Amino acid sequence: MRTLIRAAAATTAVGLALTPAAALAAPSPSPGATTVTKAGTSFLTATTVTAGQPVQVGASTGDHLYWSFRADAGQVHEITATVTFPKRRTGASTWTVDVFDGLRRRQACTAGAQTPTADAAATSVALGCTLRRVRPWAEPWSGDPLPGTYYVRLSVTDLPEPDLGLPVEVEMLVGATDEGGASGDDGELAAPLVPNTRAGTVLAAEPTPEPVAEEETDLTGWLPDAGSRWVWTGVGGVLAAVAGVVGFALTRRPRRG
Amino acid sequence: MINKRRSTIVLFGLLTAAALIGPSPAGADDETSEPVAEPPKVELVLDVSGSMRARDIDGRSRISVAQQAFNEVVDALPDETQLGIRVLGATYQGKDKKQGCLDTQQIVPVGPVDRTQAKAAVAGLRPTGFTPVGLALRSAAQDLGTGSTARRIVLITDGEDTCAPPDPCEVARELAAQGTRLVVDTLGLAPDEKVRKQLLCIAGATGGTYTAAQSADELTGRIKQLVDRARDTYTATPAVVGGGAACQGAPLLAPGVYSDREAFSEHRWYRVPVRPGQELRASVSVALDRPVNPDYGVLLRATAPDGRELVRGVDAGSGRTDVVSAGLRWSAAEEEDDDGPSPEPSPGAEQAVRTVCLVVSNSFAAKPGTQTQPGMPVELTVDVVAASPAPDGPDLGRGWVLLLLLTLAGLLTGLVAGLLTRWWVHTWRVN
Repeated sequence: MRTLIRAAAATTAVGLALTPAAALAAPSPSPGATTVTKAGTSFLTATTVTAGQPVQVGASTGDHLYWSFRADAGQVHEITATVTFPKRRTGASTWTVDVFDGLRRRQACTAGAQTPTADAAATSVALGCTLRRVRPWAEPWSGDPLPGTYYVRLSVTDLPEPDLGLPVEVEMLVGATDEGGASGDDGELAAPLVPNTRAGTVLAAEPTPEPVAEEETDLTGWLPDAGSRWVWTGVGGVLAAVAGVVGFALTRRPRRG
Repeated sequence: MINKRRSTIVLFGLLTAAALIGPSPAGADDETSEPVAEPPKVELVLDVSGSMRARDIDGRSRISVAQQAFNEVVDALPDETQLGIRVLGATYQGKDKKQGCLDTQQIVPVGPVDRTQAKAAVAGLRPTGFTPVGLALRSAAQDLGTGSTARRIVLITDGEDTCAPPDPCEVARELAAQGTRLVVDTLGLAPDEKVRKQLLCIAGATGGTYTAAQSADELTGRIKQLVDRARDTYTATPAVVGGGAACQGAPLLAPGVYSDREAFSEHRWYRVPVRPGQELRASVSVALDRPVNPDYGVLLRATAPDGRELVRGVDAGSGRTDVVSAGLRWSAAEEEDDDGPSPEPSPGAEQAVRTVCLVVSNSFAAKPGTQTQPGMPVELTVDVVAASPAPDGPDLGRGWVLLLLLTLAGLLTGLVAGLLTRWWVHTWRVN
C-alpha cells in the first residue's frame, strides 16, 4: 500500500511540475539579435522584424511607422515601444500603437498602454500592447487572431500642429511567448494569413472550370501530430493499462515473506 | 552502371514531365512580377531661392548646411540607387516674377551618380531667385520617368511657394493621381507655419513624410534615411485598376495587390473568381490624403452576384491617421449545402467557379473646401488560398490532467479487479 501512495504522489508531482506557468514577463531582446534601424511607411513597405529583435529608429513626429512580424499558433505577443523627444514641444501629444493581422484587420490589445498621452514637458512616452493568443484555426467569418503576418503601426494621433516634423527617437520590441501551451482549439489554417504582396493582374474573362487536383496521399499525412488528441489519448490509454496492471499486482498477496 | 543509367533516365523523364505539365498558375504569377530590373530612383529637389541665405541653422547659412548634407548623402549613396538633383530659384536674379517662376533646372540627371561631378554641381549653387515649388515638382516627376516601381522625390525648401498657381499641393495630388507611384518626402528648413502647412499638404497627398530639419545633422540623417528607404521599398507597387460602379462589369481580379481611387461616399466594385474548396481573402486600405473630418470609417463587403452579403470587414477611427483598413475571409465550402437551386447539377460540371463581388465604401466626410476629385487612394489586396475546413469535434482528449485521470482510473480498476479476484478465489477455496 505504501508503494501505491508513493506512486500516486509521484504522478501528482509530475503533473504539477508540467503544468505551465501562465505569467507573462515583459519582453526582452533575445541575446545576439541585431538591432533593426529601419521602419516602413505603409503596409506594403513594413520592415520585417522577428520576436526579440530590438528596433531603434530615428523618425519625425507625424510619421506612421510600420513593422511586421510573423506569429505562429499558440503564441502570445507583447509589443513595447518607447518614443523619446529630444526637442521641446509646444503641447501634449497622444501616441498610439495599432496592431493589424495579415488581412489588415485591427487586433485588440488585452493589456498595455496602447494610446498614452505625453505632456508637453515629458521627454519620453512608453507604449505597450499585449495581443490575444494566436489560434490555430477560426471560422472565416471571425476576427480571431490567426497565424501569419502581423503589422505594428506606431503613430501620433493627436498633437498641436506646430509639433509635426520634430525629430523623435523610437524604440520598439516584439516579444513572443508560447507559455501556456497550445490553446484547446483544434484545426489548422490551410495557409497562414500572409498577404500576397505581388502586383495583381486583371483577368480578361472568368477562368474556366478546373478539375480538382488529386489529394496527395502521403503516409506522413496520416500520422497524427505530436501534440494531437490522438497521441495524448493513446498515451493515456497505455498509462491506464499499466496502472491497472500495477493496481492489480498491488492487491496480490506476496508469495513469500 | 546499369543502375546509374536507369536513374539518369528516370531523372530525365521526371524533368520532361515537369516541363510538359508546365508552371502552376501561382508560378505564372511569379513570372509576371519577377524582380524588377529597374534600379531605385530618387530625386533631391533643393530650393536655392534668396531666402536660403539666412544664417539661422547653427549659425550657418541654410544653403551651406544643405550643401554639406548633399555631399554626405552623395558619399553614402548605395551603389544601385539612381540619384538626380534638381534646383529651383538658382539662376534668375531679376525681379520679373513670370520669368523667375520658370527657374528650375536639373543639375544632376537621374542615373548612376558620378560623385565628384555631383558634388561640384552642388558646391556651385548660390541662393538667388524665386521659389517655384509646384513647377519643380512637376519637372522632377518627369525626370524620374514612368515605370513599374515607386519613385521618391525629396523636397528641401525653406520658403513658401511664391509662384502659385500651380499650387504645389495641387501638383502633388495631380502627380499622385497619375498612376505612377510617386512619393514626395519634404524637409522644411525654416520653422514657419505657412511652409509647414504647405509641405505637410504635399507629403500627405503623396503618402510621404514631413520633417522639420533644424540642424545639419538632422538634415543629413533624414535625407540618408529617405534615400535608403527608396532602395528598400521601391519595388512594392500595386497594379492600377479601376473599380466598377456595380458588380456587373466590375474588373475581375487575380490574387495580388491593386490600387485605385475612391471619392467620398463612392462605392467601388470588383469581382474575384473563387472555386469550391477555396478561401477568399481580401483587405483594403483607404488613405487619408487630404483633410477630412476627424471621424471616419471604411467598409469592405463580399457579396454574391445577386447582392446577398456574404461577409464584411469594417474599421472606423477618429483622429490623425494615414490609412483606414479592413479585411475579410470567406470560403465557399459551407455554402454549397444550403444553396438550393444550384446552377446546373449535371455530373460533368463538378467545378463551378463562383464569382464573389467585393465592394469598398467609405464614410469619410470632407472638410469645407477639401477637394473631392480625384478620389482617395485605395489599396486592395486579394488572395485566394485553399479553404481551411472546420475541424472535427473533439472526440479525444489532450493534456496532462487527462493522462493523470486515465492513469488513476486504470489504477483504480486494477485495484478493484485485484480485490474482486482475491475475494472470488477466497470464496472458491472455502467452498
